[in-house]
Amino acid sequence: MASETGKKTVKKKSPRKSAATSSVNGHALDGLKAEPLSVTFNTYPPSNKTHRQLGLTKADVLDMYRSMLLQRRFEERAAQMYGKQKIGGFLHLYIGQEAISTGTAQAIRIGEDSVITAYRDHGHALAMGMTSNECMAELFGKIDGCSRGKGGSMHYFSKELKMMGGHGIVGAHIPVGTGIAFANKYKGEDTVCLAFFGDGAIHQGAFHEAANLAGLYDLPVIFVVENNQYAMGTAVDRAAAEPDLYKQALSYDMPSSLVSGMDVFSVYEAMQHHVAMAREGKPSLIEIRTYRYRGHSMSDPQKYRTKEELDAKKDEDPILRLKAYLLEHKMATNAQLDKVDDEVKQEVMESVEFAENSPAPGLETIYEDIYSDKDYPFTT
Amino acid sequence: MAELQLREAIRAAMVEEMERDESIFLMGEEVSEYNGAYKVSEGMLKQFGAKRVIDTPIAENGFAGLGIGAAMNGLRPIIEFMTWNFSMVAMDQLINNAAKVRYMSGGQFKFPIVFRGPNGAAGQLAATHNTSFESIFSTIPGLKVISISNPDDAKGLLKSAIRDDDPVLFMESEVMYGMKGEVSDAKDYLIPIGKARIAREGKDVTIIAHNKSYWVAMKAAEMLVQEGFDPEVIDPRTIRPLDMETILASVKKTNRCVIVDESNPFASIASEIGFQIQREAFDYLDAPVLRVNAKDVPAPYAKNLIEYYMPSAEDTYKACRQVMYAN
Repeated sequence: MASETGKKTVKKKSPRKSAATSSVNGHALDGLKAEPLSVTFNTYPPSNKTHRQLGLTKADVLDMYRSMLLQRRFEERAAQMYGKQKIGGFLHLYIGQEAISTGTAQAIRIGEDSVITAYRDHGHALAMGMTSNECMAELFGKIDGCSRGKGGSMHYFSKELKMMGGHGIVGAHIPVGTGIAFANKYKGEDTVCLAFFGDGAIHQGAFHEAANLAGLYDLPVIFVVENNQYAMGTAVDRAAAEPDLYKQALSYDMPSSLVSGMDVFSVYEAMQHHVAMAREGKPSLIEIRTYRYRGHSMSDPQKYRTKEELDAKKDEDPILRLKAYLLEHKMATNAQLDKVDDEVKQEVMESVEFAENSPAPGLETIYEDIYSDKDYPFTT
Repeated sequence: MAELQLREAIRAAMVEEMERDESIFLMGEEVSEYNGAYKVSEGMLKQFGAKRVIDTPIAENGFAGLGIGAAMNGLRPIIEFMTWNFSMVAMDQLINNAAKVRYMSGGQFKFPIVFRGPNGAAGQLAATHNTSFESIFSTIPGLKVISISNPDDAKGLLKSAIRDDDPVLFMESEVMYGMKGEVSDAKDYLIPIGKARIAREGKDVTIIAHNKSYWVAMKAAEMLVQEGFDPEVIDPRTIRPLDMETILASVKKTNRCVIVDESNPFASIASEIGFQIQREAFDYLDAPVLRVNAKDVPAPYAKNLIEYYMPSAEDTYKACRQVMYAN
């Protein structure tokens, strides 16, 4: 097991970063070290292991590449459709963070283990096997959408795949994920729940209450912070008294890890270890340092960061990183990888057509899905 | 039939259902080792063990959310709020998650969960511990709200609530926990959610009241009977869904209506019922519908002020005389 739960030794606290200085440079992924900070905390830096060392086959790695690319192309097309006003409401893109959803999906038993996440949910949904068609149709507000056009971008659900949403109130889904794990344990299953949230949500009381309950009841839940450095427009060290978010685990007697979110292998390895812990009834926390390339939502002009910072992060792109790995290890040729890209682009194009052709929900459906009773009386 | 206290009737409902279905558990502050802050769950830890009768930290947002997640994943939780006054801390979970996720998932997930505990005023506890919340939660589609006035209804309706596949908010009253009443011991005694009870049949005026206010209404009815009037008293029992059919039939018979409701008056249960009566039975009304609510202020501490704050039998009696033009 990667993280031990023995006697805790806390590393000396680094000096507090000034709110006026650039937070992101202060949290550069290059700064991650390979050795554990202590017996409590583990790190999973980028480029640490080969796929063979991780027990991944060539087919696994190619699947992961395809999955990340599908998420990227899906969202690029979604952004375009948003511009054409085919999609309403908010649209929070996951672009840049695909290694997290993909590394996770590879490490869990899909359909048995649960994933619950917040409003930036397209990546997790697609990585877990929800189809481009149902996802795009949901964005278009059509009846064939995964939530019958009632949820939209922030509310993707698949009961079958145990994709438990897609939740819009920051932090509020974290206790729900903890309850999903409670039910897993209550029923005597060895299944786990992964509760994903952003760096902004960790400051919600809901997280702290849930983490306390998970630690108290030994629930098979993994709290995963996708630290993409900004909560909307607020850099993490402008909102966090302790910007090393993984250290929050100490308060709840949990192991935690700091993981590179730019390397899908690092995510996969960390997830495997933490899922194994959860199956044995030990809750834990993972902070994954990542970066979103786009604004918080489509209306965000991103004035809170520089182009240089953004470009530097794009150089660490998780898809380009995996592509380079595939080429370097002669697992695929450039032409083969281009073909994968063509295929996912085609799949996404077809999903747009599917969404266009899917009917709008009938007005009578507005009264459906509220209660279990079909004939529930309404006052309107 | 057996005579039970209200707390015993609630406990009997939980115990019978938990014996029947392993997926039901009880969770809340002090429900387990302390035997319940108001002794509602006394003995349940001994019978069902710590796996199914679970103490929580004082963290309503957390354990309400945990219950919602458990319901989403196949269990049937009963979550006790020590009082509904503390449910405000968990309001986000109740409103944004319990009520809405079924809808936002296109009906994929169900939420068979009961939140229960005492609601409303309980004496000199001041503003934070004396509020009636059923009107606030009743505005939220996706939630069901039950507010009971006696032990028999408590048992029959709580059993129905536990078996219901939707989130049910079950409102009791700490000042009624010791109240005794005949309770059915029939097997699977279920009172349907959404059916009002005609407590007293009459022809002169309809008085509608739930929870503690029901007893205020009954006292006012006695005063009216003394004077030769014949009031009808209806306990709606479930606030959402609301049995307007029974209420409207009564108003169409008596042509006059007074609603007693411990909510603050603005946008209260009384407001909603009054509105629906004017819409559906306008031509039958011989007088404007009146309401007797708590005063439109936060609940005060001083004994005389909290007594004045609460809806009273005297005020109800006067309102009834007013709609009957007997003043």
